Amino acid sequence: MPEAQLNFTDRELEPLYEKVAAQERLNHANGLTLYRSADLLGVGFLADLVRRRLHGRKAYYIYNQHLNYSNICVNGCKFCAFGKTAAEPGAYEMSLEEIFRKVEERLAEPISEIHIVGGLHPDLPFSYYLDMLRGIKALRPAVHLQAFTAVEIAHLAEVATMNVADTLAALKEAGLGSLPGGGAEVFSPRIRGDLCPKKLSPAGWLEVSQTAHRLGLRTNATMLYGHVETNEERVDHLLRLREAQDETGGFLTFIPLAFHPQNTGLEDLPETTGFDDLKNLAVARLLLDNFDHIKAFWIMIGPKLAQLSLAFGADDIDGTVMEERITHMAGAQTPMGLSRQHLLHLIREAGCDPVERDTLYNVIPS
Amino acid sequence: MQQRLTEKIKAGERLQAEEAAALWDLDILTLGRLADLVRRRWHPKPMVTYVVDRNLNYTNVCVSGCKFCAFYRPPGNPEGYVMDQTTLEEKLAETVTLGGSGVLLQGGLNPNLGLEYYKDLVKCIRGRFGLHVHGFSPPEIAFLARETKKPLTEILARLMGAGLGSIPGGGAEILVDRVRRAVSPNKCSTQEWLGVMETAHDLGLRTTATMMFGHLETRAERVEHLLRLRHLQDRTGGFTAFIPWSFQPHSTTLGGTSASALEYLKTLAVSRLVLDNFANLQVSWVTQGAKIAQVALSFGANDFGSTMIEENVVAATGVSFRLSREEIVRQIATAGYDVRQRDHLYRAMETGGGRS
Repeated sequence: MPEAQLNFTDRELEPLYEKVAAQERLNHANGLTLYRSADLLGVGFLADLVRRRLHGRKAYYIYNQHLNYSNICVNGCKFCAFGKTAAEPGAYEMSLEEIFRKVEERLAEPISEIHIVGGLHPDLPFSYYLDMLRGIKALRPAVHLQAFTAVEIAHLAEVATMNVADTLAALKEAGLGSLPGGGAEVFSPRIRGDLCPKKLSPAGWLEVSQTAHRLGLRTNATMLYGHVETNEERVDHLLRLREAQDETGGFLTFIPLAFHPQNTGLEDLPETTGFDDLKNLAVARLLLDNFDHIKAFWIMIGPKLAQLSLAFGADDIDGTVMEERITHMAGAQTPMGLSRQHLLHLIREAGCDPVERDTLYNVIPS
Repeated sequence: MQQRLTEKIKAGERLQAEEAAALWDLDILTLGRLADLVRRRWHPKPMVTYVVDRNLNYTNVCVSGCKFCAFYRPPGNPEGYVMDQTTLEEKLAETVTLGGSGVLLQGGLNPNLGLEYYKDLVKCIRGRFGLHVHGFSPPEIAFLARETKKPLTEILARLMGAGLGSIPGGGAEILVDRVRRAVSPNKCSTQEWLGVMETAHDLGLRTTATMMFGHLETRAERVEHLLRLRHLQDRTGGFTAFIPWSFQPHSTTLGGTSASALEYLKTLAVSRLVLDNFANLQVSWVTQGAKIAQVALSFGANDFGSTMIEENVVAATGVSFRLSREEIVRQIATAGYDVRQRDHLYRAMETGGGRS
């Protein structure tokens, strides 16, 4: 039984404890039990067991920079407040000069990763993207470029009129280091059909990710929760990711993304609750037994909850982000940037050891 | 030590000061689980209560000038006010329309308001509008007693005669004079605060108690604060609930940073474990926001506070979370609890509440 012989208040968690202690894989029904449980501390305890086994008390963070090169997007997903058509007020696309200037402005800072995502722009040529990567690398040769979600990659393949593998190879040659995990949303066909019918399908998303893996590129994975999805759909999504990971093993980190309703086509939905935010992190940690890292994205859930997340399965907090437009357009009320000092304080106060990492979780010595 | 602590808590034995001190070092999940255990002992049914009321700050003119406060204005300041009768009546009428069961009255220590003012205020709220008056923190009452040179019993009796229903536990900050001298030197002392509550309880008035932490106090002083409350409660049994919250620094003289969510949850859990004679523990969504307040329900708390039709004091620091009744109900229900509206004496009301 758990430390200090404290019982679960939800008896249904007891058999799950047996499994987790024995490092047995949890199944679909177990996933549903976890999501349905009102015993938040019990679920947290289970997730924390796994987290400690994998990472001890380490809490990873990265010093990175975000670039959202354009918000012009052809998809029109209902849950998105960021994407705009070219004609809409507020639509923008950054020129390469602007992008390079943003990178130059911060050359003095010890930024180890630049995280690049944007909308599916109908007109920008493939050369824009290649030149972007090359140009940034020229300015900062050592930086890791985590750029373009699987959705963007599929789009770029069409723009370049190449297959996905060749597109990725070309981007890799230009400096691409890894893929961020966005665009997965929820894999359920019902959700895709209702909320983002134009978007790359789940099979397509997984195919791009796995192709990247086979080319030696690591990628992240996400799930957008807190809108109209059911617990079943959440579990299905996580298990599909797990299956893909069993096959190609290239997923680095999973990040549950809290849906923000403001300025989206789902504005009447409420914000996610703290309970649900912690649950999603914990359940992800428990189901995704073949993913090394679970990240709490404080831009989405706030620094208060992100700190607490470290006890509920998360081993990674992102991060010292200075410029992030996507969630802020949807109403996130978190500060635009946390100082490293504040972040370290939050981590230590949580009883964890802060470890600065690079994109691939190599330790950056202080 | 953890083993011993757990045994004691499970057996329902009282924790002494050194044992309370050891609680801070427990990991957050264990601490939460222990606090939750005690919560279930008090409240076996998974239910969380809330009240529909309004905080009426009848004046912001204040001679206390506490360093952690962004709300007060010194006498003579152009932003100083005393609420006029028309505004008061509009707010009270609105409170009734919105289904409020009462009003929390709190204001600055204003030397220009006499006992008659307070009595009239109470009579108006209770007598004319039928709202419960949860009014005047101990510092206000102690101040009134000093200004009018009347004993506490008389002040309280007069206010009760006018319709005062209960007393809020504000102005407690930290019940340790070292801290009070540093952050609120012009306000009543620890003994005076406790004295007002003791007198109130003896007269049959129920009161709450609070703690504002995360400024100059040590964790040990927080425990001292809790022990003093526990001691008085042993004697009188008059406290209905305890509400801790963290200091919010913006726009205050003290400045600094506010305590983290972890520190808040730990303090909440420690409070539940130490105050073994307090029935109710309330979360502070006003200072922590809805997300942490909801999670705090797993850390020993059983009450979600008020819908706060109006709140000005914390808002003066720039921290202005707002929650509608529907949202409070949703926060409670999605955490797996039944929801029940209550009155200011922490009695569940028959109507109101429900599940989302």
